[in-house]
Amino acid sequence: MKIKILSLLTITTLFFASCGGEEKAKEVVNEVKEEVTENIEEAVEATGDMANIGIGPITSVELGDLDADLADEGKEIYKTNCTACHKFGKRYIGPALEGLLERRSPEWVMNMMLNPKEMITKDPIAMELLAEYSTQMADQQLSEDDARAILEFIRTKD
Amino acid sequence: MKKSIISMFAIAVTTSLMVSCGGPKSKSDRGAIAGNAAEKVYVAPGEHDSHYAFISGGFSGQLAVYGLPSGRLFRVIPVFSQDPEKGYGYSEETKPMLMTSHGLIPWGDSHHPDISQTEGSVDGRWVFINENNTPRIARISLKTFETEEIIEIPNSAGNHSSSFVTENTEYVVAGTRFAVPFPQRDMPISEMKGNFKGALTFIKVDQEHGHMDIAFQLRMPGFNYDLSHPGRGKSHGWFFFSTYNTEESNTLMEVNASQNDKDFIAAINWKKIEEYVANGGGTKIPAKYAHNTWNDDEHTAKTVMEDEVLVIEPSEVPGAIFFLPTAKSPHGCDIDPTGEYIIGNGKLAAQMTIHSFTKMLKAIEDKAFDGDAYGIPIIKFDAVNYGTLDQPGLGPLHTEFDTRGNGYTTFFISSEVVKWNIKDLKIIDRHPVYYSVGHLMIPGGNSRTPDDKYLVAMNKITKDRYLPTGPEVCQSAQLFDISGEKMELLLDFPTIGEPHYAAGIAAEKIEGNTTKIFKLDENTHPYRVTNEAETKVVREGNNVHIYMSMIRSHFSPDNIEGVKVGDKVYFHVTNLEQDYDVPHGISMIGANTSELLIMPGRTTTFTWEPKAVGVWPFYCTDFCSALHQEMQGYVRVSAKGSNTPLKYTLDGDVPGEDEEL
Repeated sequence: MKIKILSLLTITTLFFASCGGEEKAKEVVNEVKEEVTENIEEAVEATGDMANIGIGPITSVELGDLDADLADEGKEIYKTNCTACHKFGKRYIGPALEGLLERRSPEWVMNMMLNPKEMITKDPIAMELLAEYSTQMADQQLSEDDARAILEFIRTKD
Repeated sequence: MKKSIISMFAIAVTTSLMVSCGGPKSKSDRGAIAGNAAEKVYVAPGEHDSHYAFISGGFSGQLAVYGLPSGRLFRVIPVFSQDPEKGYGYSEETKPMLMTSHGLIPWGDSHHPDISQTEGSVDGRWVFINENNTPRIARISLKTFETEEIIEIPNSAGNHSSSFVTENTEYVVAGTRFAVPFPQRDMPISEMKGNFKGALTFIKVDQEHGHMDIAFQLRMPGFNYDLSHPGRGKSHGWFFFSTYNTEESNTLMEVNASQNDKDFIAAINWKKIEEYVANGGGTKIPAKYAHNTWNDDEHTAKTVMEDEVLVIEPSEVPGAIFFLPTAKSPHGCDIDPTGEYIIGNGKLAAQMTIHSFTKMLKAIEDKAFDGDAYGIPIIKFDAVNYGTLDQPGLGPLHTEFDTRGNGYTTFFISSEVVKWNIKDLKIIDRHPVYYSVGHLMIPGGNSRTPDDKYLVAMNKITKDRYLPTGPEVCQSAQLFDISGEKMELLLDFPTIGEPHYAAGIAAEKIEGNTTKIFKLDENTHPYRVTNEAETKVVREGNNVHIYMSMIRSHFSPDNIEGVKVGDKVYFHVTNLEQDYDVPHGISMIGANTSELLIMPGRTTTFTWEPKAVGVWPFYCTDFCSALHQEMQGYVRVSAKGSNTPLKYTLDGDVPGEDEEL
């Protein structure tokens, strides 16, 4: 879809440019751009960030009743591996984590912990965050169990 | 006409003179490189080499890690010398590695690396290497590529016939080059003969962790012990040491130590001596020597000063030690992969001596002796000798082996490597090297199973092989393909220090096992932090301890006040990263030490004694991220006796205090 729109843009631009109608070309390009932007925004709105599960080993997470023991375990792992860059209450090196699970799917959160290098180059939300925060998320070589425990701890803060 | 003929003649002569005195190099000077040599050493970008080569750093005191066949340098492992690039020997944690009975020594002379073995094959667990000057043996982990242990050798001087391992790494040996009073005492040098002794030290290696302990020292006659190698296969249980200066001269050695036509190879039945020791044999005597061990959980080395050593007199274990007469001042003492042939490279002789292990056992049984030296039987030359290789070249030094029954020997004076068949005693091929070759290495060449595709010749003289760099030029190695009948020169590459010897191994035996990070939850360093909330600054009198963390891309704390002139400030810095290849560095303006380079999960310490008031910056020295340049901080230093309160913050808060979890 994206490629098609871009190709159309290129062809249109080339066509007008070659005919010498530069002003006209710009107008058309802007119109197409607006349309494209609207389409993307609509698409994002329709699916929502919560529908994005990110890229990585986690394809689905069942969130049952809060597991307090797992959350305690997650708290310790979180302290060692996450607090140098994240706080809940305020923006730090990375984004504030308060209300995280209202904005992001649990799968996305775990994939971001487990597969940050690929996420920041391919996932649209992660790419946007990198642009905003400049620092790339560190890969702390967590296991899936570690990441799941941290997720449980994050649930206690929501 | 006549004049013009003369002129032409003059031009011709001049031209030929110019050519011979430094004009374009002839093909043979380039070593007759075959057309496809480049392909054979080309490792495409992103591809890996097939072999590791651990090449001695000689008088740099270090050990260099190269890839073969590319000759690319990957790492210089600091062993016996301080290395400011890595903070080795400068950080509080690594200083104990360089401790000796003479105090901390910042330099060493590394010589002969040897890889641990299992059942006669190199196994990729550890590399051992000896320090020649202040006798020591180091053990380097091939998981971390770091020095894990250094043990000093007492009663020894010029630790040269070292650090070779037996075929299951039961022992690593350390033989003395110099004969010295044993134990040391004040006596006239001229009374050396019969009074000085030579220590051959057997160090037991713990198979699980590699820890070394001196099992026993043999108090041998006061000869010079030059090189050594273990028996293998049928001769497993024996160790062989070459000797020179059997004249026991103490001055003008280049003349006086070269009087005898034959010196000896000492054959030591260590299994027999081991039994004797197990049954309570030997005498413990006082001896002061340092034993330094590194702990990867504490990220710290410690020194234990040992105070005694078990000494065995040869006469106590009859039938365990014999001398094999060997042509003049043998240097290398090499054992072929079958364990049958014991090769003495008589560096001053016109021949090489090849002894037979089978004949040696028979000669011992038959008591085919030709007298004794200090009570040690000398086996009759003909009774032990398999044969000699006559006129093979000038100045034979060292021999390594392939799996096809051939030896490869270096000739220092005639600058060549000679390939010869051991059984037939026939020369098969010879190839010039540039120049004055010392050791050579075939991966696994000191084992039952040489991996015999490549041979590395290590040269003492380089002269015109590279772009000149002033009076001091690099030493160098040359790589040969030995898979065919003829040796083929493939590549020159420079080395660090003097490449005394090397040990090689197939990459697959190591590459899958290397450590990538240190786990923070296994870090037991007393000044570690596992998260920023634990970072703090504590004053204890004039000592200020900073418990600091680092992660891309900030330190915690990064603003510190209340330090005073006259304080000793300890930066205990933990790298909180848990990702591969993300070390951080730290350096402090005016600190009289090196930077630290800290691997993920590790805690390391440097000290700073500020001499002037001011606000002094520190920063990360290893480019770590897009915001590396922002990874920095300040320490405020106030006057001695001032009331500036101790304060430490990150982003205005005491680390961790702004958010309780």
